[in-house]
Amino acid sequence: MLSMRGIGKSFLGVRVLSGVDLDVTAGEVHAVVGENGAGKSTLMKIICGVHAPDEGSIEIDGRPVSFGHPLDAQRSGIAIIYQEFNLLPERTVAENVFLGREPVRRGLVDRAAMEEATARLLDELGEDSFGPRDPVKRLSVAQQQVVEIVKALSIDARLIVMDEPSAALAEHEVELLYRLIGRLRERGVAVVYISHRLREVFDLADRVTVLKDGSRVTTVPIGEVSSDELIRLMVGRDLGTYFPPRSAGAGEVRLSLRAAGNHKLRDIDLELRAGEIVGIAGLQGSGRSELAKAIFGAEPFTAGEMTPSRPRSVREGVAMGIGLVTEDRKAEGLALRQSVRDNALLVARAVGGAKGRNGVRDLLERVRLSPPRQEQEVRYLSGGNQQKVVLAKWMTMAPRVLLFDEPTRGVDVGAKAAIHDLMRELANDGMAIMMISSELPELIGMSDRIVVLRDGRIAGTLPAGPTEEAIMRLAAGEVA
Amino acid sequence: MKRALPILAVLVVLLAAIAVANPFFLEPAGFLAFLKRAAPLVILAAGQYFVIVSGEFDLSVGSLVTAEVVIAARLIDGDESATWPVIALLIVIGLLVGLVNGVVTTKLRVPSFIVTLGMLLILSGAVFLWTGGAPRGALSEGFRVFGRGGLGPVPWSVLILLAVGAAAIWLMRADFGKTLMATGDNERAAALSGVRVDRAKIFAFMLSGLAAAVAAILLGGFAGVSAQVGQGLEFSAITAVVLGGVVLGGGRGSVLAAMAGAFTLEALFTLLNLYGISGALEFTVQGVIIIAAVAAGAIRLPWKFTPRKGDAHAAS
Amino acid sequence: MNQLVRVRRPAGRGEARSGLAARLREPTQVVFLALLGLIAVGWVLVAFDGGQFLTMESVVGIQQRSAALGIVAIGQTLAILAGSLDLSVAYLISLTSLVAAEIMAGQDGNILPAIAAVLAISALVGLVNGLVITRLQVHAFIATLGVALIIKGIVDHLYDGPAGKVPESFQLLGYSRIGPIPISALLWAGVAVVAWFLLSRTRLGYRIYAVGGNEEVARLSGIRTGRVIVITHVLCSLCAGIAGLLLASRLGAGAPTVGTDGGYDLESIAAVVLGGTALAGGKGGVAGTVGGVLLLAVLDTIFNQLEVNSFVKDVVRGVVIVIAVAVYARRGMRRSQ
Repeated sequence: MLSMRGIGKSFLGVRVLSGVDLDVTAGEVHAVVGENGAGKSTLMKIICGVHAPDEGSIEIDGRPVSFGHPLDAQRSGIAIIYQEFNLLPERTVAENVFLGREPVRRGLVDRAAMEEATARLLDELGEDSFGPRDPVKRLSVAQQQVVEIVKALSIDARLIVMDEPSAALAEHEVELLYRLIGRLRERGVAVVYISHRLREVFDLADRVTVLKDGSRVTTVPIGEVSSDELIRLMVGRDLGTYFPPRSAGAGEVRLSLRAAGNHKLRDIDLELRAGEIVGIAGLQGSGRSELAKAIFGAEPFTAGEMTPSRPRSVREGVAMGIGLVTEDRKAEGLALRQSVRDNALLVARAVGGAKGRNGVRDLLERVRLSPPRQEQEVRYLSGGNQQKVVLAKWMTMAPRVLLFDEPTRGVDVGAKAAIHDLMRELANDGMAIMMISSELPELIGMSDRIVVLRDGRIAGTLPAGPTEEAIMRLAAGEVA
Repeated sequence: MKRALPILAVLVVLLAAIAVANPFFLEPAGFLAFLKRAAPLVILAAGQYFVIVSGEFDLSVGSLVTAEVVIAARLIDGDESATWPVIALLIVIGLLVGLVNGVVTTKLRVPSFIVTLGMLLILSGAVFLWTGGAPRGALSEGFRVFGRGGLGPVPWSVLILLAVGAAAIWLMRADFGKTLMATGDNERAAALSGVRVDRAKIFAFMLSGLAAAVAAILLGGFAGVSAQVGQGLEFSAITAVVLGGVVLGGGRGSVLAAMAGAFTLEALFTLLNLYGISGALEFTVQGVIIIAAVAAGAIRLPWKFTPRKGDAHAAS
Repeated sequence: MNQLVRVRRPAGRGEARSGLAARLREPTQVVFLALLGLIAVGWVLVAFDGGQFLTMESVVGIQQRSAALGIVAIGQTLAILAGSLDLSVAYLISLTSLVAAEIMAGQDGNILPAIAAVLAISALVGLVNGLVITRLQVHAFIATLGVALIIKGIVDHLYDGPAGKVPESFQLLGYSRIGPIPISALLWAGVAVVAWFLLSRTRLGYRIYAVGGNEEVARLSGIRTGRVIVITHVLCSLCAGIAGLLLASRLGAGAPTVGTDGGYDLESIAAVVLGGTALAGGKGGVAGTVGGVLLLAVLDTIFNQLEVNSFVKDVVRGVVIVIAVAVYARRGMRRSQ
């Protein structure tokens, strides 16, 4: 029913997609896989009318369409379920399902019809753990996902895009999702399923499209490909990109965890040594960011041991000499309307350290900020330069341990190399570094050791230079 | 300084217009009289600035000013020797009220709008309860001198204003000011950088309370003791701050601009008086100007920085 | 059949938790429980004092005291639910009381034109508020404060004391009653019922909740959010206009300070928040506001009957509001964990 031809899209001159074809037939579950940055989410946003493609055409049932707004796509029967749900927690299930399209009778909202229709859809999906009148705020994440699916069905969506639908779900809730998708297929609804978890792809999909570096590699029926082949298709590139040389060896232990845990993590044993870069791999929701925040003291460990001591707050973490370069720079790393200088000095000012204040200029040169204009507001900087400011912020306190969460996300190639060089340089100067990344080539190229997390636990540890396949296997669990 | 330029330009134009209508304004005595009249509002605006830039509101300053003046009159009751202890007490009360506002806002997570509104009711009720309905007693000469007298030709209130202004500017340049600003801009990023955001906000509320105490001391001498002395001052102070280009929601604007906003408001009133516009219509003009000023600031931004509306979600 | 059963009584885990116990924990219910508790406490206190609580006289008093604030607070509820707020209601009340009394000028025949003029002016003020907020993108606090100042200037410029005259027949609105129920209380109840109906039975009501709850979600669902905000401001101002009419009928004339003396701007916001409606919007309702207004009125009555200094009332009121919101905030935090 959906047919996309030669889709291309660039952002600010960077080509994100080129010449992508995608065909989805009614009643099909079509998986789209690829590494981070392969262009999956941009493709999805084009399907759903959030972005308009620069080139290429979209046809629905043979008729060409062009979407200027998500509502246009909805009218053509396409719905998307984001990882972040679009629901009003204070309203009931039925009210959310019919938001903006409430049925009216004699000028008044027809509650009965609304609730009946919602109940019918819930029934059809075999969902009986909640009803149309329950407020959404009382539902679990899995139940809210069902509400989103019902919402999609209520607009007669014939194609539903699901973006990492299992990321927020617990193990047993994924079963429910499987069942739901089965029912959708029976109804003749097409599902575009984006996931990192290969097991789900093999369990659910009829066909799979592999994207790499913004282009389509192939589309194959799931029966004609093995999981090893699929991984090879996704990552199969030559790792010719330059990474700084590894250091000779690790020094003293700077930080160690014994059976540490909290509400998201369990039984974490980990050592970070001076001069070493430890990579952390894992799927979304595996507890990667939580691990960094726990070590840092922002979401502290509640169990186990941590030496030299277990920080209970950010200030204690900072006092121990730990710094955290957060995953989301804009929400958690920078005060965007303040100057480069004020952001670089934020930590020093917060903890009252006198270090580094006079040397801001030198520091900005050291992190290779170009040009090192101190008075500019950071919101005007590129992603790469913003990240360098975050780095400078931590370097003012000369940390002993520096934690990086996705340090090069949204950063252009040149700045990426600069950040990589800098990380290695800091390690060589005797800092202990932990790096979380979902970009496997980066993780492999940079790390002296890779720890793989799965479901809040350590699934395994790999020595320097493992294959991407090895990491994927540990991260995803046994693959069929 | 750069951020204060637009409002300073407006202020200069207004001052020039006043001088054209009334040449006496250009003489030192005339200008100092203007500064003296403007001092309480400017000080309140500086205090309110700290709270607003941290992302909160303080609606309690007007009733706090009234409370302070009434308390001073009752406790001093014409007794010269009580002047200094009472002044000390007023300052402690101001800080204490700010402390309570700040603690309830940050620790109990009640919106500051409600907290300071509650404080407004509590203060006005408590003071009149204590005085039995109408202000009693009298201020001492030593107390009134701050609002009325001067050191030679220079009024005390102008000197106090200069001191407060300098202190406010210094505070905003110091670590406290920079971390407060970062807190108002992005509370989460500030907290993850080790900033004690609750403490910074509490301190901001205390500064606002302190400013109200100082303004009350000046107003007590200048305007006398009445139950209306502080009426509406919270809104005037917020108006002044916003007029200076400081954005509600926090993280933007300079304290110098906020104080310039208060001067501008005062200059506007002076000008309207000079041109024979009744005191009442001042409010109408004030209303139009505040909406226009904020609209002019707000409308420019979305075109520049925010993506197409439909994209907002997608970008996240 | 299966479906019908479900519609009537949705079964399962989710619903079990939203049973009676959970319902009682909702802020709207809390405020009514608090109201009952307060009446009980008042009864005991007044009895100890040798008086009789809830006499015919005091009940009528509570209703009359509540009516004007109640009507304004209903309008304020709509604005706050949509994520906005209105600081201009107090001055608008003064203005409309004057407009009403001046046009009526003591003549029965002028009552209808006066009412029409009041409603037209109110709607216009609400429209201006709404457009300044949505089109000029001015923060609601500043926008409505600015409009408040504009109205204040005009009123103070034109009047320095009571003016106009309300005919006897219109004064009945303020004073007469049917049995124990004053007409003004019926008016309040009428406004409340209309607002409740609007919120729970019309598309507009649903959209008000959506816009206040999450403007982005509302927009993605195809709701014209700006229009919804403008309409709530028009409705809010209309409520203030009705309160102005009521106060004019009670005073027999219009007065330039009737709105501000009653503190209707901040008090109406306080009553709404006391009723469990979130200041951030999207959560709460008219029932809670009615409870909040009644709570404040009963508090007043108790203090009057005990002959406690009336200023105590302000102190207690302030404390009650802050504590109530702190309790709601705590609840919200627990739930989200």
